[in-house]
Amino acid sequence: MIDDRVLAEHNLTRDEYDLVLRLIGKEPSLTELGIFSVMWSEHCSYKSSRLHLKQLPTDGPRVIQGPGENAGVLDIGDGWAVVFKIESHNHPSFLEPYQGAATGVGGILRDIFTMGARPIAVMDSLRFGPLDNPKNRAIMEGVVSGIAGYGNAFGVPTVGGEVYFHDSYTLNPLVNVFCLGLARKDRIFYARAEGVGNKVLYVGAKTGRDGIHGATMASAEFGKDTEHKRPNVQVGDPFKEKLLLEACLEVMEKGLIVGIQDMGAAGLTCSTTEMAAKAGTGLAIDLDHVPQREKGMTPYEIMLSESQERMLLVSRPESVAAVQAVFAKWDLDAPVIGDVVPGDRLTAAFKGETVVDIPVRAVVELCPAYRRPSRPPLGTERRRLHPEPPVPADLTEVLRQLLASPTIADKTWVFRQYDHMVQVNTVVLPGADAAVLRLKDGRRTLGKGLALTLDGNGAYVQLEPRTGTKIAVAEACRNLACVGARPIGVTNCLNFANPEKPDVMWQFEQAVAGLAEACRAFGIPVTGGNVSFYNETEGQAVHPTPVIGVVGLVEDVRRALGPGFRRAGDVIVLLGGTKEELGGSEYLRLVHGLEGDAPPTIDLDTEKRVQEVCLAAADRGWLRSAHDLSEGGLAVALAEGAFHAARGTGCVVDLAAGIRSDALLFGESQSRIVVTTTATRRKALLALARAKGVQASVIGRTGGRDIVIRLDGADVIRLAVAEARRIWKAGLPKALRARS
Amino acid sequence: MKVRVLVSFKDSVLDPQGQTVTNALHTLGYAAVRDVRQGKVFDIALENLTKIEAQALVPEIARKVLANPIIEKFDWQFIEET
Amino acid sequence: MKFGVVQFPGSNCDWDAFHVLRNVLNQETVMLWHKDHDLQGVDGVVLPGGFSYGDYLRSGAIARFSPLMREVKAFAKRGGHVLGICNGFQVLLEMGLLPGAMLRNRNLKFLCQHVHIRVENARTAFTRAGQKGQVLRIPIAHFEGNYYAPPRTRAELIRKHQVVFRYCDATGAVTEEANVNGSLDAIAGIVNEAGNVMGLMPHPERASEALLGSTDGRVIFESLIASFARRKTGSGGKPKGRR
Repeated sequence: MIDDRVLAEHNLTRDEYDLVLRLIGKEPSLTELGIFSVMWSEHCSYKSSRLHLKQLPTDGPRVIQGPGENAGVLDIGDGWAVVFKIESHNHPSFLEPYQGAATGVGGILRDIFTMGARPIAVMDSLRFGPLDNPKNRAIMEGVVSGIAGYGNAFGVPTVGGEVYFHDSYTLNPLVNVFCLGLARKDRIFYARAEGVGNKVLYVGAKTGRDGIHGATMASAEFGKDTEHKRPNVQVGDPFKEKLLLEACLEVMEKGLIVGIQDMGAAGLTCSTTEMAAKAGTGLAIDLDHVPQREKGMTPYEIMLSESQERMLLVSRPESVAAVQAVFAKWDLDAPVIGDVVPGDRLTAAFKGETVVDIPVRAVVELCPAYRRPSRPPLGTERRRLHPEPPVPADLTEVLRQLLASPTIADKTWVFRQYDHMVQVNTVVLPGADAAVLRLKDGRRTLGKGLALTLDGNGAYVQLEPRTGTKIAVAEACRNLACVGARPIGVTNCLNFANPEKPDVMWQFEQAVAGLAEACRAFGIPVTGGNVSFYNETEGQAVHPTPVIGVVGLVEDVRRALGPGFRRAGDVIVLLGGTKEELGGSEYLRLVHGLEGDAPPTIDLDTEKRVQEVCLAAADRGWLRSAHDLSEGGLAVALAEGAFHAARGTGCVVDLAAGIRSDALLFGESQSRIVVTTTATRRKALLALARAKGVQASVIGRTGGRDIVIRLDGADVIRLAVAEARRIWKAGLPKALRARS
Repeated sequence: MKVRVLVSFKDSVLDPQGQTVTNALHTLGYAAVRDVRQGKVFDIALENLTKIEAQALVPEIARKVLANPIIEKFDWQFIEET
Repeated sequence: MKFGVVQFPGSNCDWDAFHVLRNVLNQETVMLWHKDHDLQGVDGVVLPGGFSYGDYLRSGAIARFSPLMREVKAFAKRGGHVLGICNGFQVLLEMGLLPGAMLRNRNLKFLCQHVHIRVENARTAFTRAGQKGQVLRIPIAHFEGNYYAPPRTRAELIRKHQVVFRYCDATGAVTEEANVNGSLDAIAGIVNEAGNVMGLMPHPERASEALLGSTDGRVIFESLIASFARRKTGSGGKPKGRR
């Protein structure tokens, strides 16, 4: 019955199947095979990445829970802990943009509140193909609406993120969603089915035939008429999820449950086996008690369904009635579907017969981990294949072009669709370098605040995976420094193509090595994350794109900094030095149509020292604004300083020529921050930089109604702030051909 | 017994979704489309009710719950009479 | 003044309103569960923002049938103060405690941003601590905030001075551009004829702490508190909506 065709449809190799036979000592039923298929899939087992991820630093004094649970947990003091993670929902967002993105949000929210934390912030990192292609426009519209539709209804603010456009994402959009929640540090809940004799309860939405992939054959295990009824992408129900949130938090607060796990990928299969394996117990469930919204569902379908908004709880028998009363208050059912039993097996009954009987460790822990062959792609020995591009004559026009390009242009079109203020905690709104949230503790607001950012750059990683990934981490920490925050932990979403291809595997290895190196340099632990492989369609592969989420703490939330010039007459200081490097830059791509041969260089020690100067100066109250330099380089950063200024204040900047003028103005050299300070503090700031061995120079003053940049005294850029702002604000709506 | 209730905006109310659909169809070359009004369909399964009782009940729930009488109108029909 | 914040399944600005009333303005505040029949002796009821019942069917269409709303309706009939914010305003409209209805925003997208609103009527219980013509900077966050009233209703609203707030620009000018959701006559908030029930789409609880960017929303709560204090001490009769 189980032949090569069946195995292929279940995505298991013959070797993997032979291992299954050895581990369970019998031929598996089709349902049991389905269980192994889904739990040993790349998404659930991390079989291609596990070995490499071991090199990531995961320890630290704040770490309460590192990788391995639904989310990571860090102690932030005052009895509070933050629970956070990032997840991907790439392929579903390509198939059905709205629901794919919406259910992605739903999934990460559950990962957070299943640990006992109320979600207080979401961020999203989105990558689409160029907007001149109507398909990419449709995907972007759907994805942003989907994230908004789910997050807004659920009641969590979407406070930040990033949006990038590049052709490599045309058939492979990336939708990575980050969520952070707040919990009392002594009330964290884990996915463990502890206590033999305890009851297993199913709560949330009814189970349907959602998301059961792979099995296209007609078989005795499938109802013959189910084919056309099986939906490919689930429809999210944020209302149901909000009820689930409140009910779960209430039973947690009342101490009525001992373990809880959300049903995400692989639904009931994953939650039951993982909870049992982690507790070292067994689970016996009765599928007849699982609430079903379709008629005639088979055990295969019930176990593998990926219907959304469901959780699995474990509670003591004497607490069951109280748990069910809380869920009834929130109009949710909470039937008991099984027991925690001695041993180490999962058994499932269906109409009186045992249809599943397997050891849980085999499913959860014994999937082989692969060290797949890796080899750098051909042509990594960089040669300059093209003559150096000429420096354009009109650099003001170049600035206009950059400001209008969707990757750099104003993102208000996106974040205006997200409720970014609900829960009344958002101190620094979207559009700045990082989001800053205040923390309420009962009747008071804590002095400290949370800062969050997501960063990544696929173009850099494509050119040099290790360097590009180091830069992503550095940039995230730099963004935090610009609001006055110090990083405390990292989560990462690694988006790559097919790992069975040696060059992709090499990119992955290099990226993980870069991630490990950078996290160690900044002293921040990785608390968990996600790996998304197989991001390739019809032969086109994504740029390898690690997306890094960093959480930080601001000591005094009232003094969080922003990027905008505050007042005319302030001194503009550039921290860090500029090199002649254009590779991977938005400017090189947009104006010359080139990707370049290498990303900017990064020296983590220099980066740290530059951030330290910014933070130390911020702590002393010497800074009026701070903004990091990234896409579009110095000219764009200065323009953004003007756009975020309260009264549209411009600047007059004088630079000394040295390197190519376009590299000086638009290059993306790392470890640079542009700050403004008062005339009286100027000397102290420069002395502070000098003491820390950081290059710092006064480059100009804020003021006027124009963005003026002079090179050796001659104007190279002169653009009215009003005009620049108009172009920047219109960039994205124009590209989307939207009306507002 | 099954009934189908159709709810749509009153003619005097602006229907931007319908307008958007119209524009999209025109963009795709369907010049023959003059106007589109978008609405909602409710398929309601009823039990233990006579046809006469249903004829009283359905307009009541349509008026009271399914439609907002300030801005919406409704229409309904049987799709399964038993 | 004792406030009650109503909680429907799906309300998500309930604790925000609670926080401002209790922690920022130091008023006694309780949560009122939608299935209960007891208003717990509150002096004012707040229907908060959010997505009651997911906004499925229509915003506020299902919440209005909650058992507690029967009590709120009676409370309003007796002259009790009721403030509906965003989804709360939508519930009041669906119930008929305020006239009119909400349509989708003109641009068919959810809008979350700061806006300016102008006080049109400073003689209501909700605005008497402010001034006619005063401009307030308060955020909105909604998909269906496009206020609509049929012609006869509209005429009455104007005649009886029931329009409390209009969307405007920073200088107080009511312009097409400032009316981001396309509301009829740029109406952002209205009061009932008796003047004790008000609904507005912007979120005053999000503009009540300097840390979050604006405290212009406090005038609404402070007006209510002051009106109630006046009433308690017996000065003046029921607050009126008309001049």
